[in-house]
Amino acid sequence: MSLWVVRGLRDGVVTTRWPKKPDEYADAWRGPVTVVGDADAPDVDGLCPTGAIGVADRVRVDQGKCILCGRCVAARPDLFAWAAGATGPGAAALTREALIVPQVAETDETVAAVRAALAARTAALRRSVHVRHVDAGSDGSEEWEIQALLGPVYDVHRLGIFFTASPRHADVLLVTGAGSEGMAAPLRATYDGMPDPRVVIAVGTDAASGGLLGERLTGVAGHVPVDVFVPGSPPSPFGILNALLIATGKLR
Amino acid sequence: MTITSTEPAVAALREALADRIGRGERFAGLSASRSGGTVTLSAYMAAPGRIDTLEATLPPGAPGYPSLTVAPPAIGAAFWYERLIHDETGIVPEGHPRLAPLVKPGDPLPRHVTGYGLFTIPHGPVRSGVTESMEYLVETPGEAIPHLNMRIFYKHRGVAGRFTGMTVGDGVLLAEQAEGIASVAHALAYCHAVEAIAGCEIPREAALVRVAHAELERIANHLDVAVRLADAAGLAVATARFALHKERVLRLVSAMCGSRFGRGVVVPGGVAAFPRKRPAEILAGLASLEQQVTADMRALLGTSSFLDRLRGTGPLTPARAREHGALGPIGKASGFADDARLTRPYDGYKELAAAPPGAHSAGDALARLKVRDEEITQAFGLIRLALSDFPERTQLTPNVPCEPGDGRTVGWAEAPQGEVLYDVTIAGGRIASCQPRSASFHNLVLMHEVFAGDILTDFPFIEASFGLSAAGAAL
Repeated sequence: MSLWVVRGLRDGVVTTRWPKKPDEYADAWRGPVTVVGDADAPDVDGLCPTGAIGVADRVRVDQGKCILCGRCVAARPDLFAWAAGATGPGAAALTREALIVPQVAETDETVAAVRAALAARTAALRRSVHVRHVDAGSDGSEEWEIQALLGPVYDVHRLGIFFTASPRHADVLLVTGAGSEGMAAPLRATYDGMPDPRVVIAVGTDAASGGLLGERLTGVAGHVPVDVFVPGSPPSPFGILNALLIATGKLR
Repeated sequence: MTITSTEPAVAALREALADRIGRGERFAGLSASRSGGTVTLSAYMAAPGRIDTLEATLPPGAPGYPSLTVAPPAIGAAFWYERLIHDETGIVPEGHPRLAPLVKPGDPLPRHVTGYGLFTIPHGPVRSGVTESMEYLVETPGEAIPHLNMRIFYKHRGVAGRFTGMTVGDGVLLAEQAEGIASVAHALAYCHAVEAIAGCEIPREAALVRVAHAELERIANHLDVAVRLADAAGLAVATARFALHKERVLRLVSAMCGSRFGRGVVVPGGVAAFPRKRPAEILAGLASLEQQVTADMRALLGTSSFLDRLRGTGPLTPARAREHGALGPIGKASGFADDARLTRPYDGYKELAAAPPGAHSAGDALARLKVRDEEITQAFGLIRLALSDFPERTQLTPNVPCEPGDGRTVGWAEAPQGEVLYDVTIAGGRIASCQPRSASFHNLVLMHEVFAGDILTDFPFIEASFGLSAAGAAL
């Protein structure tokens, strides 16, 4: 046992200081695709495997559908670029429409109203937030990224965030996956078992839209009311932590 | 049990399979495809250097065929495959011992053991901790586990069906998401099939980059198993140490390609781009990581309170491993090793030659951890070989054009969980059909059989030591 005590001290403190201090890895993260230009006839048909690119009034990208394959960035660097950084207000969306960038002006106002309502709801949580995770048909990678939050590098306990086994103790529901039929009832039962106030975070592109499986499975919003969306396939642990802090009013 | 129909095509298939198994080949899977009114069964047989597909076409309108699982010579490993085929095509394998739905919702799990004081513990699909959804039904008199049952349908996403109609280039993106923690291996198996149909030879350097990513994925997965085992034993420091190492591996992968899971690297015809980090930098980062992982693994395998929990836990006998064709570390720990990197080498493994696995026969959770420890050491060595002497990238092309004509073939790759197979059919430049078969699916059924003498508190160790993914099993 003493052996492990020594080993545990070997690397000193490896935990990130974020959100108090900026984190190099979080800032260098390659996020979902954003739009950097516009064109009259952009000719982007068939470019995106999930149909995330829309050209109705101008070129827009639905980050809730973006699986980060980067094809559009490679083909049309004049129109598309990677969003920089895993954290910040832009790395999590409070409405499904807010994932579509560039956002339309109405969405901004809607988001502000949603943000105020969410903050009022979660004000009582303060520095003790209990999280329950449910996998509703993920590919398994989102679970790894959520598990990483419990590891020494992200260590969410320092922020007063704890994972709990029982939905009865949970304030936040982290949902991953495209919303498989089999998980519809267990997911709903978990949500129904949570006391108010409760917040639901859809983690990942699959949870937002179904991603590549979007023809048949359309995400988790049809099963439970989602408060915060985190794009990414999978999102980085910083992105998930960022969403947890935004959802509970610790970060704006 | 009585078998009513005698289906000549299936009888011939059964004979051919039995003959090949008798010659030492391994039953690697079974799938069914429906075209028009006819259903064709395809069985995959693994032999040194190749995977053969044996077919049997049922007559139009045939409701079923005699189950391969039971009718002599029985192929027990077909147990789950035939249930899956029944779910997907409705074809009935007659005489199958338990034809309950596998990837479709079904009745509540039946109880197998009855008697005084016996009860069942339903565990899942939403379980404590951050885990993938899956349901276990543990039948127990209180401590021992005389029977375990499981249901995997909760996560069924219909990945195989989604491939149909996709372009060849899009297919690899879906393959990466079939089993997210083995993205590289699935992409490789898919691309190997596509490249074989197209007859294209990928550049040597691309083949080496593929090896580097595949081995980094293996290290990350095996470290994840170490995290879960240490966590189950309550070794807080060991849990944190291995979680730290795993995070460092994922960060290295993201520094190389932008994704922590190596997504977007493998494309038909090679790799999308060479690593953003110079090989020398990658190797320098790996050297210190290897030193720390090795030292912590030595400490873990020297912690007696930990070893006590693993030794003799969840044993799979060598005879059963061989009979089932157990894949990956589970097979190796029980003395049955059929590592695709060695017996059917692909990409850079052709020139790098992975070392043969060590001799194991205990088949318990400890042996499985030892196998993973060896594979981690070997993986570091393979990455070193692949990336040292890596030529200056300016003169190199990362990929060659790969435009497959019409055709069908099986591609394979060795994932951290074991061999992955992709049976791909291309027609008119698009995927006409794609049947992925993960090692998780093939191996998970063995969980039924390893609880001899083990008790409830052994459960997390056995589950972690299998190291499988529910996403890959349910697809």
